[in-house]
Amino acid sequence: MAIDTLPIAKQTPAERTQVVHDGLRARHLSENIFKGLGLAAIILALGFVALLFTDIIRKGLPAFTQENMHLSVNFDPAIVKVDPVPIRNGFASEAEYQAASLKWQRSVALLNWNKVVEASLRAAAPAGYEIDTKDLLTIAETDARHEIRERFVANPTLLGQTVDIDVLASASAVNWIKGNIDRSLQDSQQQLSPEARSLIDTFVENGVISRGFAWSILTNVDSRAAPASAGLAGAFFGSLYMMIIVILLAVPIGVASAIYLEEFAPKSKVTDFIEVNINNLAAVPSIVFGLLGAAVFINYMHLPISAPLVGGLVLTLMTLPTIIIATRGALLGVSPALRQAALGMGASKTQMVFHHVLPVTFPSILTATIIGVAHALGETAPLLLIGMKAFVASVPATPMDQATALPVQIYLWQGNEDRNFFEPRTAAAIMVLLAFMIVLNGIAVYLRSRLEKRA
Amino acid sequence: MDVLAGKIKMTQQTVNSTMNPADMLDRPIRLTAKDVTVHYGAKQALHGISINIPDRAVTSFIGPSGCGKSTFLRCINRMNDTIEGARVGGTIKLDEQDIYDPNLDVVELRARIGMVFQKPNPFPKSIYENVAYGPKIHGLAKSKTDMDEIVISSLRKAGLFEEVKDRLNEPGTGLSGGQQQRLCIARAIAVGPEVILMDEPCSALDPIATAIIEELIDELRENYTIVIVTHSMQQAARVSQKTAFFHLGNLIEEGVTEDIFTNPVNKQTQDYIMGRIG
Repeated sequence: MAIDTLPIAKQTPAERTQVVHDGLRARHLSENIFKGLGLAAIILALGFVALLFTDIIRKGLPAFTQENMHLSVNFDPAIVKVDPVPIRNGFASEAEYQAASLKWQRSVALLNWNKVVEASLRAAAPAGYEIDTKDLLTIAETDARHEIRERFVANPTLLGQTVDIDVLASASAVNWIKGNIDRSLQDSQQQLSPEARSLIDTFVENGVISRGFAWSILTNVDSRAAPASAGLAGAFFGSLYMMIIVILLAVPIGVASAIYLEEFAPKSKVTDFIEVNINNLAAVPSIVFGLLGAAVFINYMHLPISAPLVGGLVLTLMTLPTIIIATRGALLGVSPALRQAALGMGASKTQMVFHHVLPVTFPSILTATIIGVAHALGETAPLLLIGMKAFVASVPATPMDQATALPVQIYLWQGNEDRNFFEPRTAAAIMVLLAFMIVLNGIAVYLRSRLEKRA
Repeated sequence: MDVLAGKIKMTQQTVNSTMNPADMLDRPIRLTAKDVTVHYGAKQALHGISINIPDRAVTSFIGPSGCGKSTFLRCINRMNDTIEGARVGGTIKLDEQDIYDPNLDVVELRARIGMVFQKPNPFPKSIYENVAYGPKIHGLAKSKTDMDEIVISSLRKAGLFEEVKDRLNEPGTGLSGGQQQRLCIARAIAVGPEVILMDEPCSALDPIATAIIEELIDELRENYTIVIVTHSMQQAARVSQKTAFFHLGNLIEEGVTEDIFTNPVNKQTQDYIMGRIG
């Protein structure tokens, strides 16, 4: 087309400038609208995140303090009626001594230590304060008697002496002190009797009950009988074992598969099929992986139920597609110039991949891996199906032992019937889980920045 | 197209029968290509290229974009192997060794035929490691002292040593474009290749860096057989002793550089050199 037949040729330059100028307003407007929408979306998202975090922290922080009761415990021989502890010299053989020692320990265990707790509480209460034994015992946590007994077993010479022992206030007492329960509710709706409540208030006033940092939430395992002493140690170690298993299995397998598929596998129908299926696997609901784990690892391979080993394997399966897809993406993004440079130098394909391509992609692979692992760390559904929601009251010593995981512990505490007490605990558990993830992400960011500096 | 191809073959025969450029250059033949064809999938990129490349001289391939000169260059060290769907036909011989012999390991071939690419592509590693990489993977240095010697002499040959001697441990990617390209040349030299292929080595460089590289190529000619692809005719005229003109996947004309530029036989070559096509 000749230039003078174009419509713009009929306009003078001034007219054309005017046309462009007239259009500018609309263009700027649409740009500003888009910018505004983007900003609004970010503010909204940040607002929700801030709301979530403040809510969790507001609810969870009180659970990091505990109410300690400072009791003067008198190991009164009238209550602690036991024979003197056997000593080795009094027996002819080691076996006899062991038998006598066991017998003594049994007799100590069978004593009603609640009587000691009761006596100590009464001693701490104002003189002549009238309260039922049953009501009185609701103030101290149920494991107080064990704590006192352990002190005695460790040191039997305490018999007849008075020592200061700190025990935990019960969950109900904590609810009353911290205001988790509405103080204006009538007696029938309160967890504690009026006498117990007023005694607690007295204790708080005269310092028998004081507040301290709740190390127990970090160092103790879960407990149903003594909720005030329930902690996250068991769940934490369960999660830790699973993380280690996921990192040890999913990362090498995932990265190796991605490297093979991307760099070495011939492009064929089979590899296409595999690729489609990996993408599909990434979209499979996690609970399905739980079913698979239950069927394969537990029913077929007879691995122990509720074990972090099985949990780790299930989470590995779940994480693999994410890592493979992300790693392939990273490999695909490496510039062909680098590959050609390596091949042109006479590097073999393996040398090209391991000397040049992988080091360059390592930061992105690491990020993808951490995201995948963090995702697995927060996963609950598949763990429920392989028995990891069982109540486990011990720290797992090996990945083969029964255990639970942090997100499952959150789920269990969230469902606990003592809502007043466990709502803050649940939020605290969420904070611990989030802290775990932040540490994990922090490590990733640190490694990434170090590797990028080196490259 | 076929008609054109026939005509071109005839021209080529004429060229071949009337003169032997390698003889004229008084050089033994190092590389021989015969009827080399390349297909990318269904598309044919090269239509039977036959050419002799003289030893220790610079041979340049010129021609308009998409004429197949780079494709042919990449056949010489089998870089086309890495392209999905590329098929190469015909024979290329380095001395009497068939490059496409299935028993020949491509790794060994690429140690003998080095390559410098269009865009400087140093590894994202230190300058030292860049040069040391080739000798390292091929096991050419027996000790650290050996390696230091190889690295330093390669950098010297590439005319880069004086500029970088104080920062051998800094990343190669931090150098200027021209320095990066010389680093790539040093990297290629370090393996001790017999042939160096250069695929438009100056197209991403400024005139001063280009002049330095051209000087370097002229020096390297003493020891290496160099094949250079360029779209700058002045460059071909300046650095090469033999020139081959490619057009639409055919080798139109080859000969002593001076003859090609002053007295081209073929009409198309004439047009290209006069700036009428390309």
